[in-house]
Amino acid sequence: MERKNIFSPVRLIIILLLFPLIAGAQDFLNKGKVSGNFQLDVQTYIEDSTIGAPAVPEKLLTNGFANVNYTLGSFSAGIRYEMYLNPILGYDQNYKGNGIPYWYANYIKDDFEITVGNFYEQFGNGLIFRTYEERNLGYDNAMNGVRVKYSPFNGVYIKGIIGTQRYYWEKGPGIVRGIDGEVFLNDIIKKMADKKTNISLGGSFVSKYQKDDPSSDFHLPLNVGAWAGRFNITRGKVSLLAEYASKINDPSGVNNMIYKGGDALLVTGSYSQKGLGIVLSAKRIDNMSFKSARNEIGNSLDINFLPPLSKVHTYSLPAIYPYATQPNGEMGLQGQVVYNVKKKSKLGGKYGMNISATYSIVYSIDKTMLNDSTPIGTEGTLGYDTKFFSIGDDKYFQDFNIEVTKKFNRKWKGIFTYMNLIYDIEVIEGHVGDATVYANIAIADINYKITPKKSLRLELQSLFTKQDDGDWFAALLEYSIAPKWFITAMDMYNYGNNDPDKRFHYYNFSVAFIKKTNRISLGYGKQREGILCVGGVCRAVPASNGFALTITSSF
Amino acid sequence: MKGLKILALLFLIAGITFSQDKEKKYGKLPSVMIKTLDGEVFDTKNITNDGKPIILSFFALWCKPCIKELTAIADVYEDWQEETGVKLVAVSIDDARSTSRVKPTVNGKGWEYEFLIDQNSDFKRAMNVNMIPHTFLINGDGEIVWQHTSYSEGSELELYEIVRKIAEGEDIPKE
Repeated sequence: MERKNIFSPVRLIIILLLFPLIAGAQDFLNKGKVSGNFQLDVQTYIEDSTIGAPAVPEKLLTNGFANVNYTLGSFSAGIRYEMYLNPILGYDQNYKGNGIPYWYANYIKDDFEITVGNFYEQFGNGLIFRTYEERNLGYDNAMNGVRVKYSPFNGVYIKGIIGTQRYYWEKGPGIVRGIDGEVFLNDIIKKMADKKTNISLGGSFVSKYQKDDPSSDFHLPLNVGAWAGRFNITRGKVSLLAEYASKINDPSGVNNMIYKGGDALLVTGSYSQKGLGIVLSAKRIDNMSFKSARNEIGNSLDINFLPPLSKVHTYSLPAIYPYATQPNGEMGLQGQVVYNVKKKSKLGGKYGMNISATYSIVYSIDKTMLNDSTPIGTEGTLGYDTKFFSIGDDKYFQDFNIEVTKKFNRKWKGIFTYMNLIYDIEVIEGHVGDATVYANIAIADINYKITPKKSLRLELQSLFTKQDDGDWFAALLEYSIAPKWFITAMDMYNYGNNDPDKRFHYYNFSVAFIKKTNRISLGYGKQREGILCVGGVCRAVPASNGFALTITSSF
Repeated sequence: MKGLKILALLFLIAGITFSQDKEKKYGKLPSVMIKTLDGEVFDTKNITNDGKPIILSFFALWCKPCIKELTAIADVYEDWQEETGVKLVAVSIDDARSTSRVKPTVNGKGWEYEFLIDQNSDFKRAMNVNMIPHTFLINGDGEIVWQHTSYSEGSELELYEIVRKIAEGEDIPKE
């Protein structure tokens, strides 16, 4: 990895900022607008060998960041300061330190937009290109380079990007280049202007360059190209969208140095009208990990994004088993129906009722040996054969859940959830030898309004499984005084653990105070060892015991 | 250390700007290209409501408090619109994992709001939103006059008090 001088971009920003300052100091100060946000997380650690919380020599760990943006008309620039002293447990240790890893300047002129410095961008659904940040996961694959956007006509949008990617405090070794075009037929074809059917088409091409590695035994491709095509058709209540992506040979640490090409398909159809929504999605992914460093196998330097087709669960018990996309191959289906039972109907009662049911299933793809003597995935070979619609034998994940939201009267309302989950913990979390988890989960989330602004919320959750850590029960009680105060107590109890010595309580108490956009929360409790996922990425969170303070603000 | 000095300088500039800001009007919505529910390109500076107030709310399908807030407002939205002409624009920051579920879900819930899709959080970043739900109030002149993060049962009452004040052209309490 090349060492990056984090100060030189800042110097550039200063010049960019000073230039208008000299040119028109009054305008710069009077008409410009400064805005930003800030977050600080502080966690203290007490060693707790029973739950496996390690001793932390620093006793206290801190993550923090602040964004400061300046806008003047069509010009904007900004920086982000980040601090990890030292990184909170679960964040990559490569983050250790502080500095300014992110800066940009942006200018819009007529149909042109130019960005230099760091930027986040996505082509289509992200199958071949997406840079983004998930600060609370420590995920950031920001580009560092130049982006140009251009709209030559109404309904035609072109984007071009070039740069390297963020690798903690450094830059990745590969150069990423790409172009994306999107056309809205109703805008450019006169005949279609008044048609009810809206059609858009898009296409993109991305390539990465990484210099040869003389120490490698393989003949490595220096340039790896990927392309994708997509469409979106909408007619009133119905819409259909699809994207297909393909990538040439890209031997890497993730695919065990095989020379097979990769591809991905994502198709979604939906129907919706007021009170009813139906959506069905299908996807196939084969060997589509795409990173700007060949040997990187962790959560960094991703060029693309392979969305998992499953619902994100935020209640604490179902969140024990989150799904993450398997980039080396998977096939999945997801369906969802949302139905609103009308107010003043027999079933809906005075306030109506909402029912939402989701079903997701993910299988492996079928892989066959290239010949009798080459095992599947042998390095330096084409890896394996597979047919596009062939489903493998391994079920990675299945989730059926139904959620009912109901207001009973002016005081009481609730959300009731039932889930049935199948989770291949060996494949998804890499727990070799662990049995697939079959779990049933029931959740009641009940709200009682004491006065118009004072409420009590009770959350009861129960998870039943014979595998992994066995049965769990969780309860949460929250008292809120709108819009400023939250007082919360919760406990997760692993009463069904097969090992009677591991039947722990993970309790947590916290108080949060909010005033406009300032939020301060202070908590004390125990955190179980597990994984936390947001979007497509997950990180392991070690067990901990201690105080947690979070301050967030935006201005 | 150099980085810190530079940061200090930036804060100084910010400080000067702010000190001059006190007399001045509020900020307006930035121009960011995002999409409508049907996938068409939409410039966020065109979020308007004929000189009436706008509630701009950032949400995601996975965000329970966001869904609770939008559900609670749905119960009283008709009355709010009748009394003040207010419009709620809800911006989904769901990524490609769940973007395609946004339209069927919000229709299925029967919500009458206007929806926008901010799939890679570009608008969210431009508005300095950190955690969601994050709600902004925009007056008839397109100025961002108030904002708030998080939702607890009954928060919508405070929100509506301020919407009413804006609709009547009153000043907003500084607290």
